[in-house]
Amino acid sequence: MVKYTVKRLLQSIVTVLIIVTIVFLLLRILPTDYYFTEEQLMKFTAQQKEEQLLAAGLLDPIPVQLFNYYGDLLRLDFGESRRIQNGVPVVEVIGKKFGISMKMGIISVGISIVIGVALGIFQTRHKDKIGDTVGTCYTVFVNAVPHLVSYSLVLIFGSRVLGLPSMYSTRNPGPSSVLPIVCLSLGSIAWYAIWMRRYMIDEINKEYIKLARIKGLSDKQIMVRHVLRNAYVPLAQYLPGSLMLTIAGSLLVEKFFSVPGMGPLLTDAINRYDTNVVQTLVILYSALSILGVFLGDVLMMLVDPRIRLTGEGGAR
Amino acid sequence: MAKEPILSAKDVEIQFSLRGRKLTAIRKCSLDLYEGETLAIVGESGSGKSVFTKSFLGMLDANGKIVGGSIMYNGEDISKFTTEKEWLGIRGKKIAMVMQDPMTSLNPLKRIGVQIEESIKLQQGLKGEEAKKRALQMLNLVGIPDAERRYNQYPHEFSGGMRQRVVIAIAIACHPQILICDEPTTALDVTIQAQILDLIRYLQSKLNMTVIYITHDLGVVANVADRVAVMYAGQIVEYGLVNEIFYDAWHPYTWALLSSLPQLGVKGEELPSIEGTPPNLFNVIKGDAFAPRNKQALAIDFVKEPPFFPISETHMAKTWYLDPRAPKIEQPEAVRRLREKMRARR
Repeated sequence: MVKYTVKRLLQSIVTVLIIVTIVFLLLRILPTDYYFTEEQLMKFTAQQKEEQLLAAGLLDPIPVQLFNYYGDLLRLDFGESRRIQNGVPVVEVIGKKFGISMKMGIISVGISIVIGVALGIFQTRHKDKIGDTVGTCYTVFVNAVPHLVSYSLVLIFGSRVLGLPSMYSTRNPGPSSVLPIVCLSLGSIAWYAIWMRRYMIDEINKEYIKLARIKGLSDKQIMVRHVLRNAYVPLAQYLPGSLMLTIAGSLLVEKFFSVPGMGPLLTDAINRYDTNVVQTLVILYSALSILGVFLGDVLMMLVDPRIRLTGEGGAR
Repeated sequence: MAKEPILSAKDVEIQFSLRGRKLTAIRKCSLDLYEGETLAIVGESGSGKSVFTKSFLGMLDANGKIVGGSIMYNGEDISKFTTEKEWLGIRGKKIAMVMQDPMTSLNPLKRIGVQIEESIKLQQGLKGEEAKKRALQMLNLVGIPDAERRYNQYPHEFSGGMRQRVVIAIAIACHPQILICDEPTTALDVTIQAQILDLIRYLQSKLNMTVIYITHDLGVVANVADRVAVMYAGQIVEYGLVNEIFYDAWHPYTWALLSSLPQLGVKGEELPSIEGTPPNLFNVIKGDAFAPRNKQALAIDFVKEPPFFPISETHMAKTWYLDPRAPKIEQPEAVRRLREKMRARR
């Protein structure tokens, strides 16, 4: 198991390295003008620009630039932002934002698991009855209705009826986070509910549940001891990934409630050709999703004894 | 037979509702089970063997219901049970079952030991070390070597035959009075089949259980059964001691079954098979259910359902052939050949 873990970890690092290289090379296609802010472009003469670019190493041959970039990464130097916040290190630009996104995201994941799994269990226990239908209606509604519509409903209900702030404010982070968190959770509650229901029904129809009944276990005991645990295994795999990716924030929710989080940052950076920010974000997100999948697999290995990924067969 | 049956099913009728229609899977089926015996129920797929015996455990699917008759067990009519609590007094404790496919009947995520202990803890109130000791005993009893190590393993670390032993260990862990084996060897390869049958037989005598085998393998029947009941289209059509069924059968369906035994085939001749399909159980069946597939059916077979006619004290068949008014009909070649074989062996 240790051997497998190390192997997977090394593979993950190689994957990230490939992504870094591709992103770096693609961004080199952009004209070098974007190294300067709009003002600087107006002010500087052609010679001044060239001097600056030369000093920054941007006129070196591409392979040289690439290896310099690898070197910077090793020193954890991600460069400076140009157009979003001129001269501010990228790490700082991101640092201010990701805390907010992550806090909201993790709370929302927690809420979604509790409510979503509970809803899934409830639906399973009332399968094909009214409770199940109501749950399914919720799931279908959340998925079928455009998010902006459901967010608007939350916004109207939350602000008009409950009097909660409709905009995020750093001075009042508690109450003003409620509506964004609710919106973040809407979809994932539905996701957990629908999969929990599905996996539980899968398990209930398996033969070993019959044997458990024949053994003399009550339905409740079967639910708790056999069905729930086994049904949660496939869901557990996604847990690390979804926790990690809360850092990325949600573009829609954050724009909608003016949350100064990570969500809009990547699109902003792309729109304004802030190459260092784009590069860093892409590395961050891809590393997080790869790490998430990796941790998910390790978790699966811990909870499901059948998965021994080292390749030795069981005693047969 | 003066002995009292330990379980007595009378005129049991079981219906399933499927897409708004009623399917009658068991049509007035009666069966007595005597202590210590081994009863085999044979019949083709869909004849209701499993459904009938599952009703002794309250294990019918949710859309199935016992709509008529009674099943008396220990002075109670268990066919009238409605709550889970009532069934929990029987399941696993008094009547246990071994299912067909050992590959899927264990929880893949739980250790074998835990799965055996589960019922021990529940039914006998043993805890911790004691329960473990008992589970290990069970593993030893069903012939799993190295029980201490096996106890901590997961189902996927066991072969099919070994898993079936574990399933049996679970079934007998609480010393049930009746053990229902629903095609216990169908999913196993031939060499393992014999081992499992031997094991069940050994446990039966050791724990003094009554065993019901559900099978369509007549070879298994000949090997293990004391008595045989032949089922067709939701009814028992003939029952008797194993010799009586094999060597002096009278129901045309039993004849057809025996004739299609590969062991009786003559080299170069085509092996007889039963033509046609069983009746649709959604419909009301008139007369003898087997008549449409029976080439020698009598006119009355299509009109009136035959009653049981006794052949001996222990042997009954539900066919008009045995009515004194019926034209004389010979037992088919295969049945006679079987009898001669037996005589020759004596």
